[in-house]
Formats: sequence, structure tokens, C-alpha cells
Amino acid sequence: MLHLFRRSLLSMIGLILILFIIFIAIFAPYLAIQHPTYVEVSTEQGTRRIEERWDINFQDKFIPPNSEHYFGTDDFGRDIYSMVIYGTQISLKICLMVVFSATIIGIILGGIAGYFGGKIDEILMRVTDVFLSIPYLILAIAVAAALGRSIENIMMALVLVWWPQYARLLRGQVLSIRENQYVEAARSIGANNWRILFRHVIPNSFAPLLVQITLDLGAVLLVAAGLSFIGLGAPPGTAEWGLMISSGRMHMFHSWWYATFPGLAIVITVLGFNLLGDGIRDITDPKLRR
Amino acid sequence: MEKDQIIKAKNIKEYFPIRKGIFSTVKEYVKAVDNVNFYIKKGETFGLVGESGCGKTTLGRTLIQLIPPTSGTVCFMGKNLSEISKSELRKLRLHMQIVFQDPSSSLNPRMTVKQIIGEPLKINKKIKNEEINKKVLLLLKTVGLDEQHMYRFPHEFSGGQKQRIGVARALALNPDFIVLDEPTSALDVSVQAKILNLFKDLQKKFNLTYLFITHDLSVIKYISDRVAVMYAGKIVELSTTKELFKKQLHPYSIALLCCIPIPDPKIKKEFIVIKGEVPSLINPPPGCKFHPRCPKRISICKKIEPELIEIKKEHFVACHLYQKKV
Repeated sequence: MLHLFRRSLLSMIGLILILFIIFIAIFAPYLAIQHPTYVEVSTEQGTRRIEERWDINFQDKFIPPNSEHYFGTDDFGRDIYSMVIYGTQISLKICLMVVFSATIIGIILGGIAGYFGGKIDEILMRVTDVFLSIPYLILAIAVAAALGRSIENIMMALVLVWWPQYARLLRGQVLSIRENQYVEAARSIGANNWRILFRHVIPNSFAPLLVQITLDLGAVLLVAAGLSFIGLGAPPGTAEWGLMISSGRMHMFHSWWYATFPGLAIVITVLGFNLLGDGIRDITDPKLRR
Repeated sequence: MEKDQIIKAKNIKEYFPIRKGIFSTVKEYVKAVDNVNFYIKKGETFGLVGESGCGKTTLGRTLIQLIPPTSGTVCFMGKNLSEISKSELRKLRLHMQIVFQDPSSSLNPRMTVKQIIGEPLKINKKIKNEEINKKVLLLLKTVGLDEQHMYRFPHEFSGGQKQRIGVARALALNPDFIVLDEPTSALDVSVQAKILNLFKDLQKKFNLTYLFITHDLSVIKYISDRVAVMYAGKIVELSTTKELFKKQLHPYSIALLCCIPIPDPKIKKEFIVIKGEVPSLINPPPGCKFHPRCPKRISICKKIEPELIEIKKEHFVACHLYQKKV
């Protein structure tokens, strides 16, 4: 697998970037200078949740990048470097969880629709169409309005709009894979439908989905950051990149570092995922190899 | 008589609906297999020949219940498969296996040889992993492969080896009856011969009964005991191989068999060329399905469909030319 990556420099860079981001996310507590505290608060809806709090220190506000604060400080005197580091955890959590959950739902529904066909297919695909027609922004606003502003709610909204495309992609694959003779062979040796579906059909239909997933990791990250930017995602005070850019944009002219570093973090991560996705596509589809 | 029949097909029909229009209503049917009757004796190799698209593969699949027949009954080892319970059918079906035409698409590319051959054992018999290993190794040796092949993937094998793996999988459950669906047509000639001999050896060793589906007449001549010739979803002639290759009766069989090349340049053969195309299975011609192309057609052929009638002992023909004489 690795030697295939080595053929393409760009996908290799993508892989290294992603490994680097994952490393930062895992070792964030050791890399950061300041650390958030986590407190349990009750929301307007009466539920309780853990919220992230960063110490405020107005004396230190708007310090330009120096040897103590590598990326400078923000309008509350918080260290931007530490917040960007902790932001990696949040961003990775969002995109991995969203894509993973959407994939599971997509595989199960798409697999069943494609394999069993007929009425089941018809019903499941119409349900998929309904979900596909929901604009993610409207749904996110609705969710934020109904359930409150939190990262979990945004993740839920994104899963709801993201799974239909996986279901459709997998259904199409399953339709062609199930015509293979090994499926018929499995039936003649007494395998039941579920075994055939999960052991023979889905594993062989998965490759195009894998490419889509890697490319989507970057897309989900962008959308989540965008939602936080317009104030629908992470609650204020969270070290979320989109939110940091949003509050930094008002101070753009006197402290450029505030919005720049979280922005760079987003660029690097999304670029990493996209390069990796392109690389995986080239590997799984030999026709596209140069 | 009934006792030595392992499988018997009675009035088998297999119609595939064609759905059209907004409401997907069934407008027409493809009559892939139309009213077929025959039986296969225990321990014999029954050949099924015909042009592509004449329904021979569908007939094979219908027999082992991979596709349930539209109407008609299949009796296997004395039991009517459409009357017994589902669980009994599941069990009985394991005694009938199939070897496919295309060895590359009949093996799951993501499974090792051990997993492929071991799968039937894993599903149907509650045995331990080590015993599966032992059995898989034994099966591999039976089909002429060995231990080093066990953990490889299908793409690492040649066509002939893949076909051997397919045979090993079919043998895993100790079947009595195997449908060989053009098992050699995807292989080159030298490998074909080896695989055919393997089938013969296995038949002797495990006391198997074969239904050998092919369009290759020399293969049929070599391997089968009795042959049925199919045309447009019907059996037109059925006889022992010896008898059929010596004296064919149906005009279609005569034309078909004169196409076998004889490896002797001195012998000059007269070719009977059948004009026209295979009839559409959606709208087959009335009467005898072969009559538009038949060089010997008579007026009755257009109106009445001839039945399969025993003309000599063990020699059945469906043709009006011979029915008058009986």
C-alpha cells in the first residue's frame, strides 16, 4: 500500500500532513501552553453539557506573535497557538464522526436497497431523495434553533444531510457487484442473504466509497468551520477554527494574526485530506494512473 | 426405472417478465425455458448443447433452484422440490452444486483460497477451524493444487487453476449432482483437456452425476453419456451420445453436428448452412420453433408444435417428420 503512495508526490504530502494533524490532536495537552478547563453547564432546553472555558486575561490582549505566544494572543488575552492546537481535536472529531456515521448509515441502507431491489429499493431511494433535497444550511439553522448551539448538534445535522450520497453511491456499486457469479456461488453453497450482502457484496463495492470518504473529510471540516463562522456551530469561547476566524475578522487591521493562524490550520488540514483522497483515488482506479 | 433417476424435470417453464411503462406492468415474457421434460440417471454425465441464448444455462440454474421455475416440477432424489418445506429444500439444495463458466468472476476477489473453499464448510457444518483447514487442504489436493496455494488470492492464479478452485468449492459439501455450466469455454484448449479429465476422475472417485452445459460439440462427445439438443428454450432431440453422433434425426441437430471439424483434410464434408437467426424468445414463431429456418419443413410445422417422442429406444425427437412414422 505504501509503495503505491510513493509513486505520487502529492498524495505522499497529503498523507504526511494528515499524520501530522493527527499527531497534534493526540498530543495537544503536551504541545499547548495554555489549557482550557471544562465545566458542566445547563442549557436553555434544560439538558446539561460540558463546555470549554479558556482563562481570560485582559492585560495580555492583542500581543503580536513572539517567543512566548507563538501565534500572538486574541481580544481576551488567550494564547492563539494553544487554541489552534486544541482546535485540531475538535475539527478532527467533527469530520471523522460525521463521515463515519454517514458512511455506516449509507452502507446499510444503500446495500440493502441495491441488493434486495424491487419495492425495498424504491422505498429506500425515495427516502434518500427526501434527505438529499434538504439544504444543509437550513437544517443546521433549524437544529441550532431547536436544540441549541453546540458542536454535537451541528454534527447531527451534518450526518443527516451527508448520508444520502453514500447510500446512492453504494447502491449503484452493489447493483453491479451482485451480478457477479461468486454471489450466485455463495447462494448455492447455502449462504443466506445477509452473509452474501456483508461478506461478498459490500466489501467489493467499497472502493469508490473510500475515495469519496477521504475527499469528504475535508469538505465536512470546511462546512463545520463555516457554520461556526456564521454563529451556528461551536458556542462562543470554544477553540474552534471557524469561530476564531469569525471573532478575529473584526480585528483584522490591527492584529492580523488573530484570524490568520486558525485560517492556515483549516487550509492545511483540508489540503491534506484532499491530496490524500486524490492519492487513494489514483491507487484504487488504475485507469487514472499517469 | 424411477430409482436410478437422480433428477427429473417435468414441464419446466422459466419465463422472465419484461416490465414496461410508467407503472412497470408486465407486458411480455422472455420464454427462456419452455416446457422441458427430461431426467438424469445417477452417475451419468448428461450433456446439454445449443446455441448461445437458447436457454441452456437458465435450465441448469432452474434445476438446482438458483432460480425457481415459473411452473413445472423438479424431482431430486425422489423428492418434489416445489412441495417440500423451505428448510428441507435448503438442506437438499446443498447436494446440488454448480461450477461456473467464468472462473474469474465466480471467485470473490477479496477472499483467500482457504476462505473460498472453507466457506461452505463454515456455513453448513459446525466444525472447528483446524478441521476446516484439513478439509480444505484435502480438497485442494483432490483438484490438483497444494498447500502453498491456500493463502493466496484468486487474481494470483491462472484460468485453469481458478476453475480448479471453483471445483473444489463445489465439492466441499460432498454433492451428488453438479451442474457444469460451460466450465471449459473460458479456458484455452490444452487446459480444457486437463480440466475435462479432472471432471472424469472426480466422477469416478465421488460417484458424481453431471449436467454438462456447453456449446462445444467435441467436448460433449468426449465427456457425456447422453445428450440433449436445445433450441429456443426447448429440447428438440435427446439420445445417447453414441446414437446421436451416429444418426441425428432432427434437422437442427443434423445441421449442428455437421459443423464439428474433422482433423483430416482428405475428408470433404458437406456443410448444411442454417439460414436466418435464432428466433426471439419473446415472440417465438408458432408451431415448431425451428420451422422458419428448417430445410425440411412441411405444412404442419407452422401450425402445431411437435412433441418430444421416443422414436427408438432412448432416442427422443421433437419433429413432425418422424412423428408420422410412429
